[in-house]
Amino acid sequence: MQRFYEVMFIVRPDVADEDVDKLIAGLEQTVTSGGGAIRSTEKLGKRKLAYMVRRFNDGNYVLLTIDADGVLIAELERRLRVSEPVIKFITVRMDEEEKRLAKVRAIRATKKKVSAIPVESAPPAEPAPATPAPTAAATEAATQASA
Amino acid sequence: MADEATSTTPSRPEAPAGRPSGPGGRPGGPGGPGGPGGRKFFRRKKVCKFCTEKIDAISYRDVRLLQGFVAERGKIVPRRLTGVCTTHQRRLSKAIKQARNIALLPFAARF
Repeated sequence: MQRFYEVMFIVRPDVADEDVDKLIAGLEQTVTSGGGAIRSTEKLGKRKLAYMVRRFNDGNYVLLTIDADGVLIAELERRLRVSEPVIKFITVRMDEEEKRLAKVRAIRATKKKVSAIPVESAPPAEPAPATPAPTAAATEAATQASA
Repeated sequence: MADEATSTTPSRPEAPAGRPSGPGGRPGGPGGPGGPGGRKFFRRKKVCKFCTEKIDAISYRDVRLLQGFVAERGKIVPRRLTGVCTTHQRRLSKAIKQARNIALLPFAARF
């Protein structure tokens, strides 16, 4: 069961870029050898930290989006905890969120299609929004009532 | 007066007994427009920013969005002041706490 996670970690600012790349490569290796898949790696660059972490005021942010299972994530976190240049990390599980967003977008897509029908033909415009997809119309009415 | 000087407990029940008639007596005033929590009543109806702009995902990563809901000292602003609806306030709160953990937002600012 592969789940979708976002791992963001902060690397010390006084570490060279190539070392950061080496570190990221090492982590990616851990993921792929553990049976996971990496969706993307993003280096967000040096940012000022909101508070001092281990006597540093800024840090290098890196974001990894991966598909992995729980065991692999535990291993990844262990590695992050142990590695010296990483000062902070957070793992957020995103698959439920993604499912919810997909559902919302699907509902939005169906709503748009219902409103697109009257544009093509004007006379059946009145009965058209009423008849098709009563659920979509119900959600539309609900949102209109709430808005 | 002498009673108050000798023992505070008898005077205590009087004060709170007087208070419930206040918010109980005028729920239509400040309670109506969503409860500003102050003396002013009829602040205009605040709408949820996320509902109107149809922002689904509140990520801990977009600090700019989150900063609009965080006070100067870093505290999360209550929804009666921002007008955010409950579901979005809960998600927002979670995102702010995640952002605090990863040092994108402070826990307590402005020392």
